[in-house]
Amino acid sequence: MLAITPPATAAGLDDRLAVEGLSVAYRGVPALEDVTWTAPASGLTAIVGPNGAGKSTLLKAILGLVASTGRATIGGRPVAERREATAYVPQRASVDWDFPATALDVVLQGMVREAGWLRGYGRARRDRAMALLDRVGLADLAARQIGQMSGGQQQRVFLARGLARDARILFLDEPLAGVDAASERIILDVFDALDREGRLVVCVHHDLGTVAERFSDVLVLNRKVIAAGSVATAFTPEILARAYGVPLVARP
Amino acid sequence: MSEFWTVDFVPLLAASLSALACALVGNLLVLTRRAMAADALSHAVVPGVVIAVALTGLAGSVVVLIGGVASAFAASALVAVLVRAGRVEPGTALGVVFTTFFAFGVLVLEWSGLARTGFDVHHVITGYLEGLIWVGADAGEGGILAMAATLPPVVFELTLVLVLVVAILAVFRKELALLAFDPVFARASGLPVGLLEAALLTATALACTAAFQSVGVVLAVAMIVCPAATARLLTQRLSTQVALSAAIALGTVFVGYGAAILAPRAVGSALALNAAGTIGAVAGLLLAGTAVLRARA
Repeated sequence: MLAITPPATAAGLDDRLAVEGLSVAYRGVPALEDVTWTAPASGLTAIVGPNGAGKSTLLKAILGLVASTGRATIGGRPVAERREATAYVPQRASVDWDFPATALDVVLQGMVREAGWLRGYGRARRDRAMALLDRVGLADLAARQIGQMSGGQQQRVFLARGLARDARILFLDEPLAGVDAASERIILDVFDALDREGRLVVCVHHDLGTVAERFSDVLVLNRKVIAAGSVATAFTPEILARAYGVPLVARP
Repeated sequence: MSEFWTVDFVPLLAASLSALACALVGNLLVLTRRAMAADALSHAVVPGVVIAVALTGLAGSVVVLIGGVASAFAASALVAVLVRAGRVEPGTALGVVFTTFFAFGVLVLEWSGLARTGFDVHHVITGYLEGLIWVGADAGEGGILAMAATLPPVVFELTLVLVLVVAILAVFRKELALLAFDPVFARASGLPVGLLEAALLTATALACTAAFQSVGVVLAVAMIVCPAATARLLTQRLSTQVALSAAIALGTVFVGYGAAILAPRAVGSALALNAAGTIGAVAGLLLAGTAVLRARA
């Protein structure tokens, strides 16, 4: 249905996402310490690490959603000045799904900036939102209230809203957490399509099993950068053992 | 009929204007589960209004609105300071600030001598709908415009409130809806969240100022919360909810005002009930009734 459009900006080496010396503390407790990382120009990057490693915090800090020190840039300019290049798909649990909105309403939210002030979303954007819902397999549920959908369907609505920004870089926070197998397959297929379009997907991820199969690059995090690079070089048992800390703590 | 125009028309009009403004704002507050913030703000506008009237002597004017909005912003800023710098729990900060502001407003009311001029504490708490008599209605001279000019000034102030509230909500409708649903995505999308919060606070403060002058501080929260909360139970569409809340607000005013006049007559009393009280009671009963019906369905 939806024509595959080339990325808004050509993703040359000079237009990459880079993080330098990024640190975040919540009430004096460090959540991220001195993270320096340059993302690949495109492809699928998984951010992995144990609970409390600061994976979600890193996404939020990059996007300026939590206070941080250090720099996050795209093509050398602060991410805040390059919002058009970014789209954020938050954790599903972060909103109230009883809200009186349909799936279509939520997808349209992704176009709130491009629609501009004072105007409604208009016919053309509604059509585009419908096409995006079709792309995530939810065209027939467009008019459904979002609370009446399954977790996997809600996650796909969130993905479609992120796609609506037509951004070069997509940041997703646990998009496969608690979703059904069909939703997982659709979401991963969309990731592959984004990869082919030359976009970058940065995805906080908990299921190490899918990383090696479906992602090209990885950032292993445990408050600090443990390793970063291609799955072949940075997703090794030794590195994961360092990040996740084996052996396990014995419990009584 | 002429008694209706002199005695009842302006109270009904004033109550309708403020009920509409309150209900429209209430939709966003109910959706973001901030109904108690409306209660806090309705108290927090009092010192600003009282100081504005005490300084200028102009009740029922734009000055009152500026005072109310300024007071609401001061209270919000103080809550933010207590929460961030003082590390006070947000609910506690809200409770402390709004009671302190209200108490300060009552003190200024007494010190300034306003309390003896028809702006007394009783009116602050339960409104003064009954005091809005349209003397010009009896004269009936000089056409509609000349008669309208004799309306109590508060009518023009409340009309201005409704116009401003509708304008703010209409201009920012899709942005405010997104902010209510997912503030984090709104910020990540590059929306000026601080500006939108300020716009919503301004609209809420205006509605609270209007409610304070018609039904009083205590019942303002009923005007803000009840119609939107009732509409919330009846639909899953935001636009329908907003339209329903406005209709419910108007219906509540007319039924409540009618009950204030007719209920005592039915039992043979010559006294009228406090209209603000009956409007608030009808709003609450309607919400309770809808909730019960929905629970059964």
